[in-house]
Amino acid sequence: MDDICNLTGMHIDVLREIGNIGAGNAATALSTLLNKKITMAVPRVQVATFAEMMELIGGPEQVVACVYLRIEGEAPGNMFFVLPPEQADRFVRRMIGDDSFSFQGEAHELGCSALQELGNILAGSYLSALADFTQLTLQPSVPALAVDMIGAVLSFGLLELSCVGDYAILIDTAIYDERQPNESIDGHFFLLPDPESFSTIFRALGVDGG
Amino acid sequence: MRAIETVKVGIAEMKVVVAPTVIRTCGLGSCVGVVIYDSGKAIAGMAHVMLPHSSMARGGVVNEAKYADTAVEALCKLVIAAGGRKAMLKAKLAGGAQMFSFSSTSGDMMRIGARNVEEVKRQLERLHIPVVAEDVGGHSGRTIEFNPQTGMLSIRTASQEIKEI
Repeated sequence: MDDICNLTGMHIDVLREIGNIGAGNAATALSTLLNKKITMAVPRVQVATFAEMMELIGGPEQVVACVYLRIEGEAPGNMFFVLPPEQADRFVRRMIGDDSFSFQGEAHELGCSALQELGNILAGSYLSALADFTQLTLQPSVPALAVDMIGAVLSFGLLELSCVGDYAILIDTAIYDERQPNESIDGHFFLLPDPESFSTIFRALGVDGG
Repeated sequence: MRAIETVKVGIAEMKVVVAPTVIRTCGLGSCVGVVIYDSGKAIAGMAHVMLPHSSMARGGVVNEAKYADTAVEALCKLVIAAGGRKAMLKAKLAGGAQMFSFSSTSGDMMRIGARNVEEVKRQLERLHIPVVAEDVGGHSGRTIEFNPQTGMLSIRTASQEIKEI
């Protein structure tokens, strides 16, 4: 697939299904981890210029906690698990049993590795579902963590794509806990396949790559 | 005192403004924000550069604003076309951070911030445009705003105070 603007409705549906299966599995993993019911929204598949994409996800200046994994294997790409920093604080407090923990404060090694591990588990379950579905070999890298402006962290995932064009296809799935709105989990999975990976994914699923 | 109008430069874009308008770009990570300005005429151009070399492009039309090696010259031309004087041009830059400190991402993409900065500087030197101030490297994202009236570049990060260079 040379031009991502040539995507048909069918392609978009396939990508949406990937978001569904991946994040569905990750939401189940998170439910087990936290012992509460986590639901997910219908995935959004966005085809946008880089600048538009930054606006779509809430503006490049918004500060987030972000776990990044590089996907290696037959369909390489980038995966981000993004949370509001307050939410990341709550998760980490729960995981390490320290109620004073905050990412706004000083660097905290244990807290950072706890969030990395969370991202690792969630992204790992997303990817294993994706690998099962497509029968492709996909391996996640060691996770990296940053708490910073979303534009600054996500642009790292756009570098491969930016060698090819000015558009990105973003598969965005939100997860949340609907029963506790004041402790709602507003997390997002962003999957940004490398340009060459789209045709591999489409072929693996028996859809003409265009 | 805050200028009324702000022009936003998106990722891989470049634009030019004349005072009292200010120009701004948000969420620079490994990307570099380059400002080329003529303070006498209060004209400034800004580019949000993503990658060092246009040779990294694979197919398609090259977006000049995206690559350091093409953006600096193109931005310089834009500023001159808007009335800037070549001999009076100066530059300020910010960005080029390394957002993720470890990752198995192989090879060059990890050092992309530093390489962007190097290439921007090489191009500015080639065009004889002096870099009068810079805030580059580190591990933090930056939002920058340039006021052509004062020639000051203000830099905001998620965790520190705003600073002006």
